[in-house]
Amino acid sequence: MSTDTLSKLAIDSGVVMWRELRPMLRDPFSLTFSLVQPVFFLALFGPLLAANVEVPGGGSVWQWFVPGILVMTALFGTSMTGSNLLFEMQTGSHERMLVTPLSRSSLLVGRALKEIAPLVAQAALVVVVMIPFGFELHLGGALLGLALLAVFGVGLGALSYALALASRNQDWMFWTVQQTLIFPLLILSGMLLPLQGAPAWMEVLSRLNPLRYVVEAERALFAGIIVDPAVATGALAAAAVAAVGLWVGTRMMRRA
Amino acid sequence: MIHAEGLTRHFGSGKATVEAVRGVDLEVTAGELVAFLGPNGAGKTTTLRMLTTLLGPTAGTAMVAGHDIHREQAAVRQRIGYVGQGNGAGHNQRVGDELVSQGRSYGMSRADSRARAAEVMEQLDLGALRDRKVMTLSGGQKRRLDVAIGIMHRPELLFLDEPTTGLDPHSRANLWEHILQLRADVGTTIFLTTHYLDEADAMAERVLVMDHGRVIAEGTSEQLKADLGGDRVTVSVAREADADRVVAIAAQVAAVHAASRPSQRQVELRVTRGDLALAPLVLALAEASVQVVGVDLQRPTLDDVFLSLTGRSLREGGREVPVADAASGAPSATLSPATDLVSEGAAV
Repeated sequence: MSTDTLSKLAIDSGVVMWRELRPMLRDPFSLTFSLVQPVFFLALFGPLLAANVEVPGGGSVWQWFVPGILVMTALFGTSMTGSNLLFEMQTGSHERMLVTPLSRSSLLVGRALKEIAPLVAQAALVVVVMIPFGFELHLGGALLGLALLAVFGVGLGALSYALALASRNQDWMFWTVQQTLIFPLLILSGMLLPLQGAPAWMEVLSRLNPLRYVVEAERALFAGIIVDPAVATGALAAAAVAAVGLWVGTRMMRRA
Repeated sequence: MIHAEGLTRHFGSGKATVEAVRGVDLEVTAGELVAFLGPNGAGKTTTLRMLTTLLGPTAGTAMVAGHDIHREQAAVRQRIGYVGQGNGAGHNQRVGDELVSQGRSYGMSRADSRARAAEVMEQLDLGALRDRKVMTLSGGQKRRLDVAIGIMHRPELLFLDEPTTGLDPHSRANLWEHILQLRADVGTTIFLTTHYLDEADAMAERVLVMDHGRVIAEGTSEQLKADLGGDRVTVSVAREADADRVVAIAAQVAAVHAASRPSQRQVELRVTRGDLALAPLVLALAEASVQVVGVDLQRPTLDDVFLSLTGRSLREGGREVPVADAASGAPSATLSPATDLVSEGAAV
């Protein structure tokens, strides 16, 4: 790719990203509501977890649970985002964008990058809300944790858009695939409940789940542990998801 | 502005191949307003999608706004505007925002986009709606916004795919007023598809009639109608015996191209300029002591043109010729009847 193509991709992606972000900023109510959801979840699920489960390695249940919730928020938010594209394909606004000189790749990259904004805002809110309840903030690690989450979110968002492009003529397929995949990914990552004591086959499956490494890296980072094999593996897993997602997504968008 | 040769598009493969467009040649010069007329499934939209780089042709080539649709897609996209069948504006976007985004998509600066957005909103009567969400707009407002989006970058050539389908008569007339005004102001070349007969008739300078993936006729709507052999004059007489004499008398005062007897006391004549022939005809008949009960003049419509070309009517529930249908093996066209745009326009 020449620098010309790259700079056009960057500019175009910026246009697409800004178009996607604007309605969110224009509609503070929907934004606030989406920010509050993970907090509700945390408030309801956390106490039950604390009462029933012994957190691996001991320590505060929040310290263990909050990073998992952040990844879960990212998982739900970004895996559903393709439905927005699906809707725009049905109404005709995606087609209109395809006739403009915007590069095909930017239509995917810009949308995927936009995922960072709500994701980081939600994560930051969850962390801030949890501090009074005894959640210990290690700023350096937390910032790195958010960055890792952003990379992962871009990748998953891109995959969700790819799924939307693949199911353009049968929209049920999008939801079927998304719903079928999300719970195995969720449970086999040890995000909500520890995987310790799980049967061997689950252990094997969870090793194949990139999400598991992202969750483990987030837990290390939010505990302030930066130099750790778990962080490196998690970063690798997030980068791999992003690379695969963007590659598959831009390929499909170019063929659209 | 458009030059296409042998544009062809097949969908599917093997036995299931659908030949949506079969070798369409087109020539549109700058400043023209051309309409593609044909029933649903005729291949109008598929042709448009090829010309706007949305779809690659299976065969054939086309130059659009001076650039090849296959090799120079970016250049074509930069120069054309496109209003598709759907709503181009995102439902959760605000009117003004979406226009600015569109300008930015064409590489306009933020300031230029804002200024131009204000301009097109003014032109298309959208000024008061700038901060409204697209999903709250009426059908007619959405369509005006689509056109506004399509002209943000001042394209030389504007494609409109069924711009007025689904709009109420008032909104249709209103949208057309805006489109024609735009054209008068900047001389944009307009290429549109429609299945409204009256729309093609009243608005387009040239009509391309499309059916089963081919352009089966083209010309001004006057030419197309004239090719049918003129207006239809139906003379009803009191006595059956007089009916036999009508054709001979009519031939003395007007150019009669064809004659038939729909019933025993009726004669149907094909006459050039029926409006001018009517008075002399009635006088001549009176002089010959033919007792005329009634005279009816019908000018041909584009539907008559389509009917004579294909044996099928474009109008739903309209005249259908089953024999021709069976011969062509095609289902008869089912389109909603078009209302009279001209009188609606006058009511606005």
